[in-house]
Amino acid sequence: MDSVRHLRFDVAVVGAGPAGIAAALAAADSGRTVGLIDDNPVAGGQIWRAAYNSARPSASSIWFDRLNKSAVQIVRGARVFHAAQGELAAESDDSAIQISYGKLILATGARELFLPFPGWTLPNVMGAGGLQALVKSGLDISGKRIVIAGTGPLLLAVAAYVRKCGAKVIGICEQTSRSRMARFGLKMMLVAGKAAEALRLAYDLRGIPHWTDCWPVAAFGNRRVETVRISRRGQTSEIECDYLACGFHLIPNVELPRMCGCRLREDFVQVDKYQQTAVPGIFCAGEPTGIGGLELALVEGEIAGYAATNWEDRAKHLFAKRARYQKAVRILQDAFPLRPELKNLARPDTLICRCEDVPHERLREYNSWRAAKLHARCGMGPCQGRVCAPAAEFLFGWQIDSVRPPLFPVRCSSLAAIPAQSAPRN
Amino acid sequence: MSESVSVRVNGRLVTVRAGATVAVAVLASGATCRASVTGQPRSPLCGMGTCFECRVAINGEPQRRSCQVLCEANMEIEANG
Repeated sequence: MDSVRHLRFDVAVVGAGPAGIAAALAAADSGRTVGLIDDNPVAGGQIWRAAYNSARPSASSIWFDRLNKSAVQIVRGARVFHAAQGELAAESDDSAIQISYGKLILATGARELFLPFPGWTLPNVMGAGGLQALVKSGLDISGKRIVIAGTGPLLLAVAAYVRKCGAKVIGICEQTSRSRMARFGLKMMLVAGKAAEALRLAYDLRGIPHWTDCWPVAAFGNRRVETVRISRRGQTSEIECDYLACGFHLIPNVELPRMCGCRLREDFVQVDKYQQTAVPGIFCAGEPTGIGGLELALVEGEIAGYAATNWEDRAKHLFAKRARYQKAVRILQDAFPLRPELKNLARPDTLICRCEDVPHERLREYNSWRAAKLHARCGMGPCQGRVCAPAAEFLFGWQIDSVRPPLFPVRCSSLAAIPAQSAPRN
Repeated sequence: MSESVSVRVNGRLVTVRAGATVAVAVLASGATCRASVTGQPRSPLCGMGTCFECRVAINGEPQRRSCQVLCEANMEIEANG
């Protein structure tokens, strides 16, 4: 049987992206013991992924230097799969981990929303953030032809990044209309002060076609994607490519906050001005409280870290900074609504659940997520609905009603390591 | 960092940058990660440990998410896509 590690922290932080790193450092300022627990092999989250390589952006190096010099204990490669009062259960490659804490800060980040269309399960059809993550993890894409499709500014950032890494971006398919896109760009520059950023991005993307009112309708290929069919202003055409990177918004990872009893409001974790959730002593920072990007995540993390260590004065000093970054978020919030045509891309045989290979036609028989799970096994595979539940919510309007332990598939020995008094019941 | 690391994917030697994940080695080898429950080839979708499409066997241990594991010298990776 695997070994069991027991850890105890005054403040436990789950998620070592920017919000979690900032929270852990702020909490450590007080001299209390702080643990930073993360699923990935290396700290940094998604935006600071692969901090070991030379492409590390300079803004992050300040934070990593501080983290390395701090007393924060980093627990890498640890998946938290259960939460009970004052305790977390996690699993690493070789052990079960029992973590007890005084205060808890949840910085679990976000993932991409994937929309099913014929061929979306083919290898090399990926998330836009997913492709970027793989390139940061060492994937060589030099000379590869890439089509980027979906919505929002993430597509532009990914296009600029993969081009810098030597790929040929064939085109960016933006589902939003040209006029909406222009309005958004103008607002970001005028209201949110992002003019310099926008100009730099425009320069990085020079020469790359940016098609609006455009989305993927099908992908084709033998064992991997070779062609994508796109719809553009009512006309379809086919483009050859090596990768199709799709990004249709980010969705918050609220499974663990839910399990901890935190209250949600419109899919996001509800917090007060100190980033405290509805559960006293449990705080939340970064994308789970609202998709806001790097700067907002950092300042929310710091506020949570100070508030969790009863340093309200320091937290209060950051309120104005947070309010400034929240302005940009409000502009982003409703700028890129998904168009209804995207609900009609899946054919009867298009898979919705990729773990259990459940096609669209099997799901149309049911009227709730729960019924679809029970009868068609949708969402019952290893990802536990992390991919298909948000897709089903978009396609069928189903609400996802509950989370249950374990949050991830785990070894029996890890389940057995949970003390009886904190074991899952029902 | 210019160091590299070599692993075997389905018996074939693959060399990747040090710090690269197993998912990267599988893609570089030309293999696909896994076969779905109905036998379709699959490879990474999310790249961040969420989707479980990148599962492979590493040193004989099945069902490992290859995007969350760093390559180590002489790793034996079995990708059954």
